[in-house]
Amino acid sequence: MSDNNQFVREVAEKKYEYGFTTDVQTEIIDKGLSEDVVRLISQKKGEPEWLLEFRLKAYRHWLTMEEPKWGHLDMPQIDYQDISYYADPTQKKEGREKKEIDPELMKTFDKLGIPLEERLALSGTAVDAVMDSVSVKTTFREKLQEKGIIFCSISEAVKEHPDLVRQYLGSVVPYRDNYFAALNSAVFSDGSFVYIPKGVRCPMELSTYFRINARGTGQFERTLIVCDDNAYVSYLEGCTAPMRDENQLHAAIVEIVVMENAEVKYSTVQNWYPGDHEGKGGVLNLVTKRGHLRGANSRLSWTQVETGSAITWKYPSCILSGDGSQAEFYSVAVTNNYQQADTGTKMIHIGKNTKSTIISKGISAGKSQNSYRGLVKVSAKADGARNYSSCDSLLLGSHCGAHTFPYMDIHNDTAIVEHEATTSKISEDQLLYCNQRGINTEEAVSLIVNGYAKDVLNKLPMEFAVEAQKLLGVSLEGSVG
Amino acid sequence: MLEIKNLHASINGKEILKGINLTVRDGEIHAVMGTNGAGKSTLSNVIVGHPAYEVTEGEIIFNGQDLLAMKTEERANAGIFMSFQQPIEIPGVSMTNFMRAAVNARRKYQGLEPMPAGEFLKLMREKRKIVELDSKLANRSVNEGFSGGEKKRNEIFQMAMLEPTLSILDETDSGLDVDALRIVAEGFNKLRTPETSAIVITHYQRLLDYLKPDIIHVLIDGKIIKTAGPELALEIEEKGFDWIKEEAGL
Repeated sequence: MSDNNQFVREVAEKKYEYGFTTDVQTEIIDKGLSEDVVRLISQKKGEPEWLLEFRLKAYRHWLTMEEPKWGHLDMPQIDYQDISYYADPTQKKEGREKKEIDPELMKTFDKLGIPLEERLALSGTAVDAVMDSVSVKTTFREKLQEKGIIFCSISEAVKEHPDLVRQYLGSVVPYRDNYFAALNSAVFSDGSFVYIPKGVRCPMELSTYFRINARGTGQFERTLIVCDDNAYVSYLEGCTAPMRDENQLHAAIVEIVVMENAEVKYSTVQNWYPGDHEGKGGVLNLVTKRGHLRGANSRLSWTQVETGSAITWKYPSCILSGDGSQAEFYSVAVTNNYQQADTGTKMIHIGKNTKSTIISKGISAGKSQNSYRGLVKVSAKADGARNYSSCDSLLLGSHCGAHTFPYMDIHNDTAIVEHEATTSKISEDQLLYCNQRGINTEEAVSLIVNGYAKDVLNKLPMEFAVEAQKLLGVSLEGSVG
Repeated sequence: MLEIKNLHASINGKEILKGINLTVRDGEIHAVMGTNGAGKSTLSNVIVGHPAYEVTEGEIIFNGQDLLAMKTEERANAGIFMSFQQPIEIPGVSMTNFMRAAVNARRKYQGLEPMPAGEFLKLMREKRKIVELDSKLANRSVNEGFSGGEKKRNEIFQMAMLEPTLSILDETDSGLDVDALRIVAEGFNKLRTPETSAIVITHYQRLLDYLKPDIIHVLIDGKIIKTAGPELALEIEEKGFDWIKEEAGL
């Protein structure tokens, strides 16, 4: 398939648009991990004693654990002593107050399309901008506060809303959960905190933009979203990193709590640096994301478009405790060159008449490996639970791999669980058909890939859908029906 | 319009076309008939630029341009259209998006801006009527779940949208019932102008009854062994190909 290979090569050789580095004075702590480092991070962030205790417990537990090996991944050896665990680009310069943001940082986020001045912002979207270990700025905080909505960095939340943070932190993903969750719980730096009070419909999209900048550092995002009874929020997450020859670690935890009749929509466009066409460098994206549908009739949907990272190890999951709660997982994972993705979800049905939907679309090109891994669990008490899973794989070229690992664990006879899976290739005939209609191969592949991923892209908020389509190589002219 | 000179082509090292000469002038319809495996579909695939075929000798000039030096999509944008014998399904891609990409690709080739959405949708509505395709078509994926007849009508619909100067109908009549054949053929005839030409590949007379070709070619074993007026098709319908082969000393 010569034309197709050429296209795949072209994609592979395409420059990563966000690979630049910002030259900003950054305070980076010495490499290495120990109790002292954990204490230092906590001290730098001016944390209360209980949080330091939480971190230390997590750290001690982490020491007893081993890296998980079950992923269909060829994971490079991570030297945890060769990483700096805290990098602060907002460090005060001589004669400047900490409150003032370095113009270089403003410029960086402008360049990324995330203006931090509210008057320039995308209408209807509030942003928390995080670089390395620190939140640079959160927009529209005051406006949201008028409705009682809390949207700030988790560091600020610890100071300003300690009771809320203490109540929910670690309540969905305990530090014992897994190796990377324990690591994150010990050394997490910044991320966002969202609290939507009872009965409030958040009037704007909330978003966090994560940027890795400093060399030799890891980023340990921690995000906590609590949506109280009858409340609603749509939250977006984006991320990019510079091009570097060495791997960088992003080990995150995102916890979401959804109360009675509340609804949370969480969307991610993950575009971490994927490494070069020989597989050198790239971000190791090792993430634990989980939502707890605590209240009756609560709803949560995860939508992810994963195009970046050298390795993605990520399973945004839902615990459906509330009776009648509904969870959805929509995913498009694209891997190219030597990228590896092992991603999927877990749907744990506990409440009665709970319903979950899984739509996963994997697209593999180059020499990449793309795996879907999902668990559907129905506990003994979950009468009337329903799940529908559909996992499709699309192969571009013949040197890539697509794998599906569905697990089912059903303990209730009334459960209805459906699973469908397909694997397809873009055929030479399809490309010829498009070419014969005047559409060149690159556009044809975009059209086909976009059509294939449509069910998931349709779930994204408008601005994000546009970005995601661009990421899939789609020109806007062809994408508007 | 189209001049094919001494065309030799092979697939996987096997020579299929062994020296084709064919000239199509503006406004003419040529029918190419022949036994199975004679090279009829190879001829159409080579004209449109199917990457699996290798041209080993000869040339094709299309309106003064060296066609063999052009990519498949360039040939299409220069005005060549093929109605596929087996139209391809593209799941998830709506006919609207597909046609929009095709129409705008051609406009780009002609140095024009993309067609505004309103104008485009109006064009879709107009052209659909030519082959009696219903409005649901626009939202359906390309050829997915279409019946055999719908697929062929959809090919002629695309032809109507793209307004080619040279159309190649590759066994467009295969798998069509009498009514579908009439709709497809009448749709095609509505699109004819004195400036447009066509090459029609078929086994049967019934499509030619509608299209009324000017010239009939008989392609056997990679060569055109007889060329004559429309009466030849009727003779073939009656007597088959053997007598032509004998006449040619094969």
